[in-house]
Amino acid sequence: MVRFLFRRLLVAIPTLLLVVTVAFFMMRAAPGNPFETSRKLPPAIEKNMMAKYGLDRPLGQQYLTYLADVARGDFGPSMKYQDKSVLQIVREGFPTSLTIGLSALILASALGMTLGVVAALRQNEPADYAVSAVAILGVCIPTFVTAPLLVLLFGLKLGWLPTGGLAGPESLILPVTVLALPQVAVISRLTRAGMIEVLRSNYIRTARAKGLPEHEIVFRHALRAAILPLVSYLGPACAGLITGSLVIEKIFNLPGLGKNFVVSALQRDYTVVMGVVILYATLIIALNLLADVVYALLDPRVRLA
Amino acid sequence: MEVAAVKGRSLWDDARRRLLRNRAAVASLALLALLVVAAIVGPYLTPYSYDQINKADVWAPPLVHGHLLGADSLGRDLLARLLIGLRVSLAIGVVATAVSLVIGVAWGASAGYVGGRLDELMMRFVDVLYSLPFIFFVILLMVTFGRNFILIFLAIGAVEWLTMSRIVRGQTLSLKQKEFIEAARAAGLSPAAIIGRHIVPNLLGPVVVYVTLTIPAVILAESFLSFLGMGVQEPLTSLGTLISSGAQDMDLAPWLLVFPSVVMVATLMAFNFIGDGLRDAIDPKDR
Repeated sequence: MVRFLFRRLLVAIPTLLLVVTVAFFMMRAAPGNPFETSRKLPPAIEKNMMAKYGLDRPLGQQYLTYLADVARGDFGPSMKYQDKSVLQIVREGFPTSLTIGLSALILASALGMTLGVVAALRQNEPADYAVSAVAILGVCIPTFVTAPLLVLLFGLKLGWLPTGGLAGPESLILPVTVLALPQVAVISRLTRAGMIEVLRSNYIRTARAKGLPEHEIVFRHALRAAILPLVSYLGPACAGLITGSLVIEKIFNLPGLGKNFVVSALQRDYTVVMGVVILYATLIIALNLLADVVYALLDPRVRLA
Repeated sequence: MEVAAVKGRSLWDDARRRLLRNRAAVASLALLALLVVAAIVGPYLTPYSYDQINKADVWAPPLVHGHLLGADSLGRDLLARLLIGLRVSLAIGVVATAVSLVIGVAWGASAGYVGGRLDELMMRFVDVLYSLPFIFFVILLMVTFGRNFILIFLAIGAVEWLTMSRIVRGQTLSLKQKEFIEAARAAGLSPAAIIGRHIVPNLLGPVVVYVTLTIPAVILAESFLSFLGMGVQEPLTSLGTLISSGAQDMDLAPWLLVFPSVVMVATLMAFNFIGDGLRDAIDPKDR
């Protein structure tokens, strides 16, 4: 296990380095610079600004300086919000994104697993078909369709829920629901497939033969094995939630990090863009690693090496 | 897949019969055919062109002034724009999938066939790319090179080839053991010829299934970009762009949001049902 962790961490470092490098040079290749505003700055001031942030030096030198800074945990100042550092911006936006993402993940797991178990126990009955229908809809109706339609219905027509902004827990209901729906679809499908396979296995027949009550068989014996595929879905699910949150934060006007990223990329706020990319890449790599470790802990047949 | 040529045809016959028995897949095929015809022919038949601005028809609701589906904030006919948007989205779906198909099949087949160190290296590379937050790179790409139509194809195609290459590699690994490959090698064919002439044609089944599932994924990815304001540029439009601008005016003109959404969902659903149907038909064992 220790060897496995060590090896994966060794792979994670070049991966992150690749991310940083590609993002850095792509961002710098983009036309314009952070100080190009609609109101043109006098060339002398623009030159001074460039010099202040070290943007006048050769690109390779800037890259190395940036790498050295990041390695020391210094992500630099924002180039657009002159009195804020990247860390401050991340600290302001990330909690919102994290709350929405985690809530959506929890909601999607709870709902998706319930639906999946019900469908598996009632295979080829109306309940099963209903769950399949939900799963298909969840996959086929993208978040940027569900979000405005739900806002139109619950926000504007019925007036039950706020249409956007961040004020109190009820303003999170719509964003979290919308973000969770596609994941509910995938999780219910995975759970259903896993449960159906497990329920056919010999040890479940043994449990039945011993006369265990049905709920004990389903929850204590079958479910534990059936959710294994879900664990490996953790990484992709996280990536999906991050992608979804870019849209969700825009539609619901939430002060999250995803919205920040798009704005910063358009405004050429180099340091903020880099900071967000590094944060999310680290998050995804860490979750993939966590998924592998949890999988090995749950399934003793898997040997990590 | 190990069947000889004559029996091989009957395998596809079987698959076709299974597919035609699947009512959802057949209905989806019909719907998709309709959508494709509408996207190709439709724009020539509408009374208004998609970029024609009509000052008198601003916010015209459906069925007013010959606007079957209403008009937008510039009085442009929604039906005409929807048909063009559908055409653009389908085109992006097909072309970007073709890009991902070419890269994925070449990469996966080479890795699987050559094997050993190279296979390890190539698939590790795929693993690394898998763990990247791709949407960020696509956004950066759009920012860097401007909103270029061709670039959207390339960017999305370059993201979607990863799963394809994994599927192809897996299939290639099992094909490699087969006797007809052994025979081809004994006959002195070069690896490139074996991959191109013997491996790739036999990958068709799983690849076809995955292609049908990639097209909707690509359409979705393009729409994401459009929604974030980085997709197709006005006055040209795509389903995602239409939904995005419809969402901004939804309290004034809900039809601008509802009709594009319906077409989008219908398109995605048709592809998904066909993909699922094909999978069941071609590979009945994992039903």
